[in-house]
Amino acid sequence: MASLVIAEHDNQSLKPATLNTVTAAIACGGEVHLLVAGKNATVAAQVASHISGVAKVLHAEADVFEHGLAEHMAAQVLALSSAYSHILFAATASGKNIAPRVAAKLDVAQVSDITRVDSPDTFERPIYAGNAMATVQATDATKVITVRTTGFDAAATGSSAPVEVIQATTADAKSQFMGSEIAKNDRPELTAAKIIVSGGRALGSAEKFNEVITPLADKLGAAMGASRAAVDAGYAPNDWQVGQTGKIVAPQLYVACGISGAIQHLAGMKDSKVIVAINKDPEAPIFSVADYGLEADLFVAVPELVSAL
Amino acid sequence: MKALVAVKRVVDYNVKVRVKSDHTGVDIANVKMSMNPFDEIAVEEAVRLKEKGVLTEVVVVSCGVTQCQETLRTAMAIGADRGILVETNEELQPLAVAKLLKALADKEQPGMVILGKQAIDDDCNQTGQMLAALTDWPQATFASKVELVDGHLHVTREVDGGLETLRLSLPAVVTTDLRLNEPRYVTLPNIMKAKKKQIDIFKPEDLGVDVKPRIKTLKVSEPPKRSAGIKVADVAALVDKLKNEAKVI
Repeated sequence: MASLVIAEHDNQSLKPATLNTVTAAIACGGEVHLLVAGKNATVAAQVASHISGVAKVLHAEADVFEHGLAEHMAAQVLALSSAYSHILFAATASGKNIAPRVAAKLDVAQVSDITRVDSPDTFERPIYAGNAMATVQATDATKVITVRTTGFDAAATGSSAPVEVIQATTADAKSQFMGSEIAKNDRPELTAAKIIVSGGRALGSAEKFNEVITPLADKLGAAMGASRAAVDAGYAPNDWQVGQTGKIVAPQLYVACGISGAIQHLAGMKDSKVIVAINKDPEAPIFSVADYGLEADLFVAVPELVSAL
Repeated sequence: MKALVAVKRVVDYNVKVRVKSDHTGVDIANVKMSMNPFDEIAVEEAVRLKEKGVLTEVVVVSCGVTQCQETLRTAMAIGADRGILVETNEELQPLAVAKLLKALADKEQPGMVILGKQAIDDDCNQTGQMLAALTDWPQATFASKVELVDGHLHVTREVDGGLETLRLSLPAVVTTDLRLNEPRYVTLPNIMKAKKKQIDIFKPEDLGVDVKPRIKTLKVSEPPKRSAGIKVADVAALVDKLKNEAKVI
């Protein structure tokens, strides 16, 4: 019995979600191997070899791995799959895209978004936007799993595992990468941030969102998030959306400004350690999960908070 | 070109489900059921592609109990041309649904299959990718824009950190994200028209698919409750609590 974790990386550095996924893999029992499939990804493979609990890093090189397209990544994972009882991906946009393709090719079910490993075949996962927790048993021989990173601590680093360069396996090119628009900023990544400042529809416009939320995030060194309503209204970019179908976050501190707290939003942030809600509606559901609620006009309270910090 | 669109009947997104006291599942007796919101976006996108002349026919498919016909009627009121119900009372898991859709894709030979990225009941986010694997078709998940250019689909996807665009050969599988479109309201005349549209009914056996669940649900429980904290009087009190009580800043 051994587990294969598919590393998420940009060919240079690893995405933090990989560390949480390794912890889940360790909990499944057996040896843990890490696959780094990329283009010029030697540095990423080296970084991966330092994760504690990883027995071996498998490094596959191919030009088509550069953008992590599902068809190629799945082909690579399938070429290795027979040696593993568990194949784990982080439940990120990338992991969610690739994992079911692997599972279907193996004719096995996939267990999505696990938050706990009870035994090698039994896992806990949220359903209905986290309003219920299901304990499920996977009956297929190979377990294909995506891991909700907020459910597992990040694995430590500092060890040194061997890196084995392996033959790359790719798929027929039926899809091509054309381009991307990835926002560059110095903020921490939303799903890995210690502090998140999030804005809702009450901000009223993209300008106000930026004017009010950004200074607070700057002051706290925080990542910025948004409710679906704010994203739909165009106040914040798509990938800032926190919630059931957006990002699932669990920072040390989550500051919700002008967010009413629909169940779909709560599903994405209710595991945060400390929740602060600033909202002028005393009946807003967000107050039912907030450790500290401030009933106030955010356009007054947030700037005041910035100067008080 | 024909599109196949898959729709799932789920507990309405406004309903807060309750866990059954015997921990066997959630109580869905007498709760409002609706079309999965992402699937509604999928139907809308297909209908818009038909209105633009890219598609000639939109066939909508649902798998599950008899009442899924209502979901198909809703899709046809949005503008889908006809429906297919794969009727069964078995619990259907994503792999089984993907196999049923594969069998129907073999029959119908669509140029594309559009599905919601995720159902809001089991939150699996698997079926589209699995269908793409079984058919060996390219996939573009979490789409926020879909265009036909020179016989290929150009799909902009929502990924971590921003957007990316893929070019897919056809046939292809697309799964929808929230920002792809805003589904139209169905009008009464269109609801009446939808009643006359055709629905073909199959059983999983007719399609040669074994739908036996591969994952057993052992227990369903309440999530840990998060209790409401306190209200603070002003910003100064908030800062004090964060610094001295919670010690998070």
